Amino acid sequence: MTGVRAVGDLSWAVPLPVLLPLSAAGLALALWRHARAQGVISVVALSGVLVTAITLLVAADDGPLVLDVGGWSAPVGIPLVADRLSALMLTISAVVMLAVLVYSLGQGTQYGDDETPVAIFHPTYLVLAAGVSNAFLSGDLFNLYVGFEILLAASYVLITLGGTGERIRAGTIYVVVSLVSSLVFLTALALVYAATGTVNLAQLAQRLPDVDPGVQAALQLLLLLAFGIKAAIFPLSAWLPDSYPTAPAPVTAVFAGLLTKVGVYAIIRTQTLLFPDGAADTALMVAALATMVIGILGAVAQKDIKRLLSFTLVSHIGYMIFGISLASEAGLAAAIFYVGHHITVQTTLFLVVGLMERRGGSTSLDRLGGLAKVAPMLAVLFFVPAMSLAGIPPLSGFLGKAGLLQAGVDSGTPLAYALVAGAVLTSLLTLYAIVKAWNKAFWQTAPAELPDVRLPRGMVGTAGALVGVGLAITVVAGPLYDYTERAARTLRDPGAYVDAVLPDGARGSGESEDVTEEVIEEAGEAGLAPGGGTP
Amino acid sequence: MVMTPNLALVAVIVVLVAVGVYLLLERSLTRVLLGIVMIGNGINLLFLVAGGRAGGSPIIGRTPEDEMSDPLPQAMVLTAIVITLGMTAFLVTMAYRSWQLTRHDEVQDDLEDRRVAERAALDLAAFEDVDATSDMTLESEAAEVRDETGDGGARRG
Repeated sequence: MTGVRAVGDLSWAVPLPVLLPLSAAGLALALWRHARAQGVISVVALSGVLVTAITLLVAADDGPLVLDVGGWSAPVGIPLVADRLSALMLTISAVVMLAVLVYSLGQGTQYGDDETPVAIFHPTYLVLAAGVSNAFLSGDLFNLYVGFEILLAASYVLITLGGTGERIRAGTIYVVVSLVSSLVFLTALALVYAATGTVNLAQLAQRLPDVDPGVQAALQLLLLLAFGIKAAIFPLSAWLPDSYPTAPAPVTAVFAGLLTKVGVYAIIRTQTLLFPDGAADTALMVAALATMVIGILGAVAQKDIKRLLSFTLVSHIGYMIFGISLASEAGLAAAIFYVGHHITVQTTLFLVVGLMERRGGSTSLDRLGGLAKVAPMLAVLFFVPAMSLAGIPPLSGFLGKAGLLQAGVDSGTPLAYALVAGAVLTSLLTLYAIVKAWNKAFWQTAPAELPDVRLPRGMVGTAGALVGVGLAITVVAGPLYDYTERAARTLRDPGAYVDAVLPDGARGSGESEDVTEEVIEEAGEAGLAPGGGTP
Repeated sequence: MVMTPNLALVAVIVVLVAVGVYLLLERSLTRVLLGIVMIGNGINLLFLVAGGRAGGSPIIGRTPEDEMSDPLPQAMVLTAIVITLGMTAFLVTMAYRSWQLTRHDEVQDDLEDRRVAERAALDLAAFEDVDATSDMTLESEAAEVRDETGDGGARRG
């Protein structure tokens, strides 16, 4: 590790969000008999991640933090990079993961249903956290793949937890679709390496412009296909509404909030850094429009509130793709803000629906009813994030949508105007779907007598805290939006990222001076330094 | 240096991926699993092609630089093999669990599909003589639509 940054070098902290949960996962697995100890370990590890993420968020504002893992400099070694976008995603994901963990602890029996084995929940959850962090921090396309695989492997276990018939059925679809997307990603990696001789993101940014445009387009579309399945962009979204709702409430919440956004993050990263020409922007715009409108039409037709929310999740991924496809600073900034808003709000809603399921005994809108009277607190917890999702001012959803619409109008092309119209329509239909759910679950007279259950205070408290985070995003929207604008500016100028990872001279050569020179002298041959795999 | 891919390797990749995609489209989870293994191996070979011509061991002082083989794709292939192994193990477990629960390992239709099938069955029942359809419950109707590969489909005839 060569000291690149003069002022308060924090690059040593960059791998902590991956290391802490991974080591904690091992420890928690070893302590599988002691549920309480597992809980403590998980909370401590994820709190550590949160503190690190906030530190990185502040530090990355001065420029990207880079760590060469193992002391091998890029491009031979694998760098971890925390720039503004990574640090922001990391912070929001850490908040959400910690909140969902505390919520699941509040369920008492770890999980709510008796057939679920408790011992593997915490280790798997921590591995998921490590995978998400690794994907956000990776400065290397292959390491991004590894991050994806870590989080996917953990998600396979979590979605089939307990192995009941329904979860195996839903899990089968999820696992097979995810495996296919991983295979597409792997193919893209092999072809990227064949075309450029590197998988380091910064070096790819330098080398890809020299590649034949046809090959470039093929690589870009392959990567978009792989990430599009993970992010659930129409027409690659059919798997999501069917597989997410069957999992336990905390798992659904964290999947809905985070996993699709990792795909969105990967799209932002590769589109801005590797393919800044925007050759696929028109395709992305059409996909964004279709995702928004078709997703929300699916939501309107649903009777089960979990499925309804899964469809709104798909639909609102369209907003983020909309922002990315505009290929402008304003669009990108709004998209990043929207990602942050949506992770928090969607997770909160699923957690609250978990509470509604407990209180009302069902998630079907035909069977729920009268919740506003028996659980007014729950009504408030549902109402605030739901209105934010629908984009009612002054909540954060409104601010994100307003930013996107503004960016769309600024762009001024007919397709951009079509997207603006689609976004407004989707917003209205979201309001319709949410209000329908609200009326049926909270206002209509209960079709059957509700079970008399007391909601655990820990669960309600955590859901309330997340609602608070959502409101906090609204309150600090000004500074936050400034931050995403700065993040978007750096993303639109890949040079800064490349310079940070590969400064000329010491780090960029790929030689680890102490090792290589010695060996070369011994060998008595000149010019045998590893060349970073030139084709 | 112009990279000339090995034709035999390319042919093997084509066959592996083609067979894999065919198996992936099957209904049985075991075949899907085999398909994924096939495609995975095909892609691993693709990495070898991406690495260029085979050469000597890439150790400084043992092989001159221009005769070395590229070690990076091999490292990536190793990682990919390990990951595929883990995923294969998980899929096998899931197929077994599915067989334990339902005595088959077929990928089932999703909820929406079954609802559409049920609705179609309802519409059908409205037009038909009640006696003629008396042995058909909604469930069996939905199961028939689901069970494309089994014998149940013959009844639709």
